Amino acid sequence: MKALRFLLVVVGLCAALPALAVQPDEILPDPALEHRARELSRQLRCMVCQNQSIDDSDAPLARDLRLLVRERLTAGDSDRQVLEFLTARYGDFVLLNPRFSAQTALLWLMPAVVFGAGAVAAFVFLRRQRGGRGTSAGEAAGASLSAQERKRLDDLLKPGA
Amino acid sequence: MIAEIGHYALVLALLLAFIQGVLPIAGVRLRDNALAGTGEPLAIAQFCFVALSFAALTACYVTSDFSVFNVFQNSHSAMPLLYKFTSVWGNHEGSMLLWVLILAFFGALVALFGGNLPAALRASVLGVQAWIAISFLLFVLLTSNPFVRLAPAPFEGRDLNPLLQDIGLALHPPFLYLGYVGFSIAFAFAVAALIEGRIDAAWARWVRPWTLAAWIFLTLGIALGSYWAYYELGWGGWWFWDPVENASFLPWLSGTALLHSAVVMEKREALKVWTILLAILTFSLSLVGTFLVRSGVLTSVHAFATDPARGVFILTILIVFIGGALALYAWRAPLLRQGGVFAPISREGALVFNNLFLTVACATVFIGTLYPLALEALTGDKISVGAPFFNATFIPLALPLLFAMPFGPLLAWKRGDLYGAAQRLIAAFAIAILVGAATAALTKGGAILAPFAIGLAVFVMAGALTDVVERAQLFRQPWPVAWRRLVGLPRSAFGTALAHFALGVTLIGIVCESYFTAERISTIRPGDTVAISGYEISFDGLVARQGPNYREVSGKLIVRRNGDVVGMLTPGKRTFPARGNSTSEAALLTRGFSQIYVSLGDPNPDGSAAMRIYHKPMVLLIWLGALLMAGGGLLSLSDRRLRVGAPKPAKKTALQPAQ
Repeated sequence: MKALRFLLVVVGLCAALPALAVQPDEILPDPALEHRARELSRQLRCMVCQNQSIDDSDAPLARDLRLLVRERLTAGDSDRQVLEFLTARYGDFVLLNPRFSAQTALLWLMPAVVFGAGAVAAFVFLRRQRGGRGTSAGEAAGASLSAQERKRLDDLLKPGA
Repeated sequence: MIAEIGHYALVLALLLAFIQGVLPIAGVRLRDNALAGTGEPLAIAQFCFVALSFAALTACYVTSDFSVFNVFQNSHSAMPLLYKFTSVWGNHEGSMLLWVLILAFFGALVALFGGNLPAALRASVLGVQAWIAISFLLFVLLTSNPFVRLAPAPFEGRDLNPLLQDIGLALHPPFLYLGYVGFSIAFAFAVAALIEGRIDAAWARWVRPWTLAAWIFLTLGIALGSYWAYYELGWGGWWFWDPVENASFLPWLSGTALLHSAVVMEKREALKVWTILLAILTFSLSLVGTFLVRSGVLTSVHAFATDPARGVFILTILIVFIGGALALYAWRAPLLRQGGVFAPISREGALVFNNLFLTVACATVFIGTLYPLALEALTGDKISVGAPFFNATFIPLALPLLFAMPFGPLLAWKRGDLYGAAQRLIAAFAIAILVGAATAALTKGGAILAPFAIGLAVFVMAGALTDVVERAQLFRQPWPVAWRRLVGLPRSAFGTALAHFALGVTLIGIVCESYFTAERISTIRPGDTVAISGYEISFDGLVARQGPNYREVSGKLIVRRNGDVVGMLTPGKRTFPARGNSTSEAALLTRGFSQIYVSLGDPNPDGSAAMRIYHKPMVLLIWLGALLMAGGGLLSLSDRRLRVGAPKPAKKTALQPAQ
């Protein structure tokens, strides 16, 4: 009896605590729509959490947003419209996948730029490394020989020497 | 009294560090061997004093001395003993003390085991290390003193954050810091080499074991953190591209690049300038990580601006060390002579390819992590850069690297034969195609990319085995010959193969977890049964119990397969009265490498409860791969060739003439 009473107290306490991420009562009956809702939830940030998507978050705000996403989807919005609706309301901060804009151009382009610069640097380095093979490197190597070395090389290469 | 001893020991350690930062370097300059040799005893003494200080703080925690403010804030008398130990570093001040302890520990290791280094290099390394120690000791003493007293002393502490009351806290931070801080040795070696203006293959040999050791610890630290988050946070995610995680991933990426470029430098004396730069960058990224996590800048740029003392201090350390090292690099690196030449298609060329992709991946993660901070600081606009960005940019860089990985070890130094390497990989490729096709057939209608990714992982694994097979010439030579060749292979060859194989193992885990996880979210009443991936899970009801410093309500679930009971799961929800918050304790049932994962949501008054039930196939391979990777590193570390110039006293005495 004592245990049961204790259990009830605990249960009562827990009910007041924040809920678990996606709740059973949030799930839409249409699996296709629910799947879209989940996909969208993963791209939306819970704004009161540190870097959590609303799909993962326990916060009440995240639940509100999850319900909002499902409401819009049930009303017939496309994925894009849902995202636009939320961005209009909460700003770009809500998108975990930043949209390409003047502000984020640098963010999206930098990886490609760094890769390009790195690839060019590696390419130039590797070409210089060829050491004696290939024409340009061969000429460069030839130019670095002193007159004496060149003469000795010519002597060696001369047939019958 | 104990707290004061700890504080005093820390001040003494700082003074010793000052002396260690001056005398050995002066000794090298003045060519005074006695002066240069002071570095070793100083480094050891400094470590002893930091250790004493750390022991003092630990004593305060174990005895629950709440007159120490730090203990009051982060401990509770009813907490289990293990957590009293671990809560020493479960807070800002204590974790910085751990940072400094590990830094001093590495300094002492160089002093004790650096006997094979030239005296001048050893002195310079210890001198540079001392300067890092000085800055962080100052940071602890001036901004984050863990020994501050509280009067009058409270009767009870505020308890440790419940999320941290876990064995994960005992292991994850120490390993992570051993990795982070371990790279300071590589940094000190690089700066010492720049000061001396001389660097050769021997330098790479000396620096490699230290880098490798740091890398092993960092690998384990990241894996432990990932597994901890996986079971503690309650929704089964294992990597979130969170800035804090990225902060540990950045030095791992550049440290991995450093390991590979150091090989080129050791074997071929090429890529010197680049290797030095990577050594500097890797530790710089460790510092950046420390700054991100410890300054509060991540929570919000504004939080950082309102209480900037700590952040500005670390930022200054950051600028001085990174800026100083890079300036020194710009000044001295042109003096370094380039070594051996090689063709683009060669082992060296493959390692350049590896370094290109690893460093660009590192840069991408760096940009993604810092961009929102920079944007908010400059324009005030807030944007989020989350997992979708990192997946979109990191994965395209990882794929070519993974595909190229089996080719690298099969190419010869100087000039390799790509066609020949491809021929030798035909078997590996065929196996990969078969497994990929089988996956596609088994998961018909599933994700299209998954079979390709599985195939790639199998190619990586089979490629790593091909490397060993080729080196031993198994299947080509008669068995006894091949066996002798296999046994005679250096351990580092096995280390490389194992670490590369392990990456494939991790990849399989990642792909299976991402594409084939099954999920059930529902409210379950006692007596109900849920079916998931061939298992039937029935709910027996809720049980309440009292823990040492928390109350717990847990669900009891019986797992059956084909009617046979295979296990029991008891996911729980714990409430900690001291802080008034709660954690959810996921329950895991391991079947082979797969796991059933249940986390308990809100119990309802009628005894039913919301639950998330997952079946995560092959998920353990993610961390098993990381373990194997670290194992590969250990194998390489144990290779005798890395212990160059190790004195052989037995031989020497034998050669000495009799008296």
